[in-house]
Amino acid sequence: MSADTAGVEALYTTALLRFATAGSVDDGKSTLVGRLLHDSKSVLSDQLEAVELASRSRGQEAVDLALLTDGLRAEREQGITIDVAYRYFTTARRRFILADTPGHVQYTRNMVTGASTAELAIILVDARNGVVEQTRRHAAVAALLRVPHVVLAVNKMDLVDYAEPVFADIAEAFTAYASSLGIPEVTAIPISALAGDNVVTPSARMDWYGGPTVLEHLETVPVGHDPAGDPARFPVQYVIRPQTPEHPDFRGYAGRIASGVLRVGQRVVAQPSGRASTVRRIDALGQSVDTAWAPQSVTLELDDDLDISRGDLIVPADGAAHPVRDVAATVCHLHDRPLRPGARVLLKHATRTVRAIVREIPSRLTLADLSQHPEPGELVANDIGRVLLRTSEPLAMDAYAASRATGSFLLIDPADGSTLTAGMAGDAFAGAAAAVTGAPDSDDGWDF
Amino acid sequence: MTVTARRPGTAAGSPYALPHLDVLESEAVHIFREVAGEFERPVILFSGGKDSIVMLHLALKAFAPAPLPFALLHVDTGHNFPEVIAYRDRVVARHGLRLHVASVQEFIDDGRLRERPDGTRNPLQTVPLLHAIDTGRFDAVFGGGRRDEEKARAKERVFSLRDEFGGWDPRRQRPELWDLYNGRHAPGEHVRVFPLSNWTELDVWQYIAREKIEIPEIYYAHEREVFRRDGMWLTAGEWGGPREDEPQERRLVRYRTVGDMSCTGAVDSDAATIEQIIAEIAASRLTERGATRADDKLSEAAMEDRKREGYF
Repeated sequence: MSADTAGVEALYTTALLRFATAGSVDDGKSTLVGRLLHDSKSVLSDQLEAVELASRSRGQEAVDLALLTDGLRAEREQGITIDVAYRYFTTARRRFILADTPGHVQYTRNMVTGASTAELAIILVDARNGVVEQTRRHAAVAALLRVPHVVLAVNKMDLVDYAEPVFADIAEAFTAYASSLGIPEVTAIPISALAGDNVVTPSARMDWYGGPTVLEHLETVPVGHDPAGDPARFPVQYVIRPQTPEHPDFRGYAGRIASGVLRVGQRVVAQPSGRASTVRRIDALGQSVDTAWAPQSVTLELDDDLDISRGDLIVPADGAAHPVRDVAATVCHLHDRPLRPGARVLLKHATRTVRAIVREIPSRLTLADLSQHPEPGELVANDIGRVLLRTSEPLAMDAYAASRATGSFLLIDPADGSTLTAGMAGDAFAGAAAAVTGAPDSDDGWDF
Repeated sequence: MTVTARRPGTAAGSPYALPHLDVLESEAVHIFREVAGEFERPVILFSGGKDSIVMLHLALKAFAPAPLPFALLHVDTGHNFPEVIAYRDRVVARHGLRLHVASVQEFIDDGRLRERPDGTRNPLQTVPLLHAIDTGRFDAVFGGGRRDEEKARAKERVFSLRDEFGGWDPRRQRPELWDLYNGRHAPGEHVRVFPLSNWTELDVWQYIAREKIEIPEIYYAHEREVFRRDGMWLTAGEWGGPREDEPQERRLVRYRTVGDMSCTGAVDSDAATIEQIIAEIAASRLTERGATRADDKLSEAAMEDRKREGYF
């Protein structure tokens, strides 16, 4: 903790960065996470004591930093991570929420889960192995989920004599692949998580490297997306009507601005009805404001009493989305029951849940080489594929490329309420993915 | 009067940047409103501790100027700090809230629960809690749990589906993506909802300071008769302490968490203001639970095991 350097007052105004880590089982991801927490002094002494005790009772000589993050009985028993865990740490410059996603082969869906809210992804590779199939899958998921910043951490540099050419070759190969996926920018950092090189403190053994350490990069990467350029999207969550003596006629539309900026005096329409009005007042949780933007939770009052309810979308009159009933999307299937054409599901988009039918599953994607397997017949857990859906009512859905908030949706099993599938409307990748030569699909190419 | 930006110039760069507390606040309010929109009978667990106090403050903001659309539920262990009960009743009266109390003592008195040999009542809360959820037909139960508290909590979802026994199965959790929360549940099942999932202890204190929220006095340093047990300063009381071999002494202490008196320890402190508390927390080398909770020290998986039984 850095209150001594930052001052208590400064802690109020720090920004928040959500990031995710991805790496396969032996790439040293848990060690990197442990090192980040430990060297940034985010592990407190009683936690460290507990881990030391647990390491000793297991007969291990050294303290196993992975025990800091593996919290469940089954994980400790098997020595693997089975679920996304969220970690929190703070430096003088920033607050961090880390989605610690398992790298084990069955858990693609968990990386998708972690990446869905991340603004940055750290993809770990072993310097001895370079870019392998697993690395390409992780990069593809980051691209698919449109994580704005990607960091390549080339780990175990201590095992390749801290040699610059090893790092340079891996960084170049990865950057070329990433750009074919449409990832705009990659920051490559040579590290040794075990020895602590370039994680929090700059490495004396790699003086050829002039870039930031992992932590320094996390502290300085631009956070947040400038909302000014996006169309405003306001999914109505709840209508506030006190009907009390003090507020007999109050009617406020409560929600969280999903994208863009809203202003008092702005002309808006409610979708799907298309009724128009003007923003009369914006209440930002107790404070009346002229302007509010994503991701603020606010309450809007309009000039006219419109019939607006939960599930409606309030948007600028000159920037409405086109309501559709046929949705083409890339999905990641999450559930153990397969998704098949003809399935009747519920589709949750922003605050609206409607009935939907899976009309077609035109293709399944092999993440490792981005080849398309046509007409797969079904998607099983961890599969990523294209899906065509027909909804019972029109939805004002944006392309995921334009808005992560209003381009994403869930498919839910109406029978038992299970979350089945995560969906992203529109094209899968931003870049020239088609340029990647399609290798034949392999049978086992689907699991992470 | 209106202003253009809430706290202009606070975060670096864009005029649209939001300080992290605003982001956490918006997220928590979003969660409250989702539940209000999708469930029939939600209830807020309220212990009078700082997390539930912040949770209530956020809930009141989320629906203003309308009254809170939820009732409160307090699981009363019978070993509460009197200052906390007084605070609870003050808050309920001030905001005109509805309060349900589930009493561990009543369950012990009529034989449905048996006192544990160690006198700790924290694990006994689960039975009256589940009974109250059942009889109140509550389908969503807000808890103030934070993922930074404990390893098993770090794996908890914001919407946590519980079976008819209130049990948590970490292998059967629903994946949670973006801010799309799935609250579907079968009759008899309910969902535990944790709006403060992404908050840390420091965030909670900073928010209390920023919003000038009143808290029970025992969070501030005060002189108190305490005795040492299992490395913690406990307060003497009818719950069964101290034993003859546990001498009492008067010390300047405060509480970092508020729970059952039998297992919640005080810490040595002279922090008399919120600012001093924040400085103390920021410099502390101990976690909140490590410093003050006996029940989490029972085993490496104590929290996970209790959650499987229906604890929150």
